[in-house]
Amino acid sequence: MKKQEMASIEQRTQAVRDALLEQGLVTASDLDTFAHMPEDWKPENGAAVVARAWTDPDFCRRLLADATAACAELGYKGPQGEYIVALEDTPAQHNVIVCTQCSCTAWPVLGLPPDWYKSPEYRARVVREPRRVLKEMGLNLSPDIGVRVWETSAETRYMVIPLRPAGTEGFSEEALAALVSREALIGVAMASEPA
Amino acid sequence: MDGIHDLGGMQGFGEISMESEEPTFHEPWQATAFALMFASQVVVRSHNVDEYRHSIERMNPAHYLQADYYERVLTGTASLLVEKGHLSAEDLSARAGGAFPLSRPVAPSPMADLSPQLEPRFSVGDRVRVLTISPAGHVRAPKFCRGCVGTVLHRAPKFGFPDVAAHGGTRRKEHTYHVEFASQDLWPGEGSSKDSVVVDLWDSYLEAVNR
Repeated sequence: MKKQEMASIEQRTQAVRDALLEQGLVTASDLDTFAHMPEDWKPENGAAVVARAWTDPDFCRRLLADATAACAELGYKGPQGEYIVALEDTPAQHNVIVCTQCSCTAWPVLGLPPDWYKSPEYRARVVREPRRVLKEMGLNLSPDIGVRVWETSAETRYMVIPLRPAGTEGFSEEALAALVSREALIGVAMASEPA
Repeated sequence: MDGIHDLGGMQGFGEISMESEEPTFHEPWQATAFALMFASQVVVRSHNVDEYRHSIERMNPAHYLQADYYERVLTGTASLLVEKGHLSAEDLSARAGGAFPLSRPVAPSPMADLSPQLEPRFSVGDRVRVLTISPAGHVRAPKFCRGCVGTVLHRAPKFGFPDVAAHGGTRRKEHTYHVEFASQDLWPGEGSSKDSVVVDLWDSYLEAVNR
């Protein structure tokens, strides 16, 4: 007997949706709410946290002591943000985040993770050859800088506080936040130099 | 399980491709798959997050590697909805108009025999070794650190122990620890002596190392 051809992913998704709706196990309004929920989770939130930490030493201390509470001060909390830990880069130590076994991420401050973070390539390689991976991604670290790779294997959700770029003295929080990308919050890029 | 999902340190993978200005969802079905995943856990209450993670780990390995992330999300969610009796595999396939691959079943003896550790046994600076366990079910100690010795950097709060939560065992909460392993202890002869990997590990997965 010929093996039945796989239905497209669109058809399979629709099949689960229709079956759950017909059985009354969920409502269309539930699904609509959950499909739009990620709109509130974005890397701009994490960038605002970093900009505040760069400009307010007291906030930075609170962030390093209890990032969950410090992020909540700015209104950033929710699923996959129950226990956030902030990792501060120094001139001698660079931090980078991965989840090798699935793709856990601090949703409220980083957003849902990008495809590259979820790829088998990143998950397999960055723990074992971080410098080569970072170089391929455009971040060439000096051999003098140590690299710590943080594996999100339990319930801690990490965010990186990158180094504040030179030449940004007197910048507003808003201007500073614009220099912090999702990639910088994960640790595969530095904060951008000011234009 | 020593499955395809436990990718850390696996060799043979190529370059990572990045997309600038990547949207949260590329296709509408991905947002639907995310919503179905979320609703199955919090509205239907069909299963918990540990069962959900394990359902993806149980995918056919070839399908796992080829599938988009949200295809894995949908496959795991649909598999559990079928296993828990909410939906039927035949109905899903009929509705989809073609084969609907689901995850493979849970192994007969999925859990390692680990002693519950309700009180924290370790402190910052302690040297610990990851037990060399390889249970056939859900476990969150990655293969690459099993048997290796590291140093506790931080003790995190208590969280539900995933191995038992994923397999209907007696629920318990244990502290997790951020344990730092020198990269060269994990992969001797490779990398830089300045580099390390920090793994977040439940108390049960660890044993003390006498100095």
